Order: sequence, then C-alpha cells, then structure tokens
Amino acid sequence: MIRPSHFTALLLAAFFTSTVFGITMRDKPMRMLRFGIYCFILFVGSAILLSWLMYFIAR
Amino acid sequence: MGTPPNKAADAAKKTNQGFVYLPLIAGWLVPGAGHFLLRKWGRGTLLGVSIFALFALGLAMDGKLYSGAQDILELLGLAGDLGNGLLYFAGRMLSLGGDPVQFTTADYGTKFIEFAGLLNVIAAIDAHNLRTGRKAS
Repeated sequence: MIRPSHFTALLLAAFFTSTVFGITMRDKPMRMLRFGIYCFILFVGSAILLSWLMYFIAR
Repeated sequence: MGTPPNKAADAAKKTNQGFVYLPLIAGWLVPGAGHFLLRKWGRGTLLGVSIFALFALGLAMDGKLYSGAQDILELLGLAGDLGNGLLYFAGRMLSLGGDPVQFTTADYGTKFIEFAGLLNVIAAIDAHNLRTGRKAS
C-alpha cells in the first residue's frame, strides 16, 4: 500500500487526467499537448488557490 | 474518360462499414483498445497507460471498489467504477481494494478508481467519434 502526500496525489491525478483530456478534446498532436499542459496548470493552480482560500477561511 | 473518384463519398462509405460501435465497446472493456482498433497506436497507448495507472494507483492506495449501492452517492461511485470495464470486473474477482475507507489516502484511492472509470468512458466515446468521422483524426 502506498500513501502519497496530498500534493503528490494531486499531481498524479492532474497529470493522468490532463493526458486523457488533451488526447480526447483536441484533434492535432500539438494542440493535444498544449491543451494537456493547459489542463494540468489549471488543475494544480486551482487546487493551490482553493487551498489558500480555505486556509484563510479557517482562521 | 471516367468520372473522378469522389473521395468524400468514399470516406463516408468507409466510415459506415462494419460494426461502428466496436471501438466504443472495446474501448470501454479495455482502456485504449478502441483507439488500437482504429490504428491510433500512440493515442491508444497513452490513454491505456494513463487510465490503468490511475486505476492501479487507486488500488495501491487501498481505494475501495464498489460492489453495491446503498445510497445515491454509492450508486454514483459504482457507476464510475463500472466505467473501468474489465479492470473493474478483474478487481472484483480478485477481491482487490480496501473495504472501509480508513485513511485519507484510501479515500483518494477510491476517487482515483472512479476518475479512471470516467476517463475511460470519455476515451471510449472519443474512439467512437473517430470511427464515425464526427471527430477529425
């Protein structure tokens, strides 16, 4: 059994999900790559942003 | 002199030949198989590896494989798990996955397995769209 940290779990989920989104939502390889990177940045960025938001709300 | 061949009509005829739902069903049963049937080797490999990795990581984190549904949330979880196709049935037969969620990472694992199932459905539908010509290849 593995127990990754919350951030590692986020990175893993974002990476594999972005890969599938990139391939299925675009039709040209270069556009797939760009959309995959875009999704990855949005996944990770929004999670970090919401985490900080919840951190300040909890105080 | 004969009439020039109509390439668009030929392509449309070609896309309607055979069982058009085969990539959809194959893609659901085995992640990436729908794209392999359409000779999209690279895309199929990346999709298969990504979905299998999410499923395997979910199990490795002691995630839960839903076997039944007592409420609406469990029903949604079961629907997500069923998207994994043969991976789900193999996991159930081998009694893989944790029963009660005891750690935070086990809950993440459960979500990873559901993620994998839902992404597999998207990949299978993508294979179907490629097969029918709805999506340009």
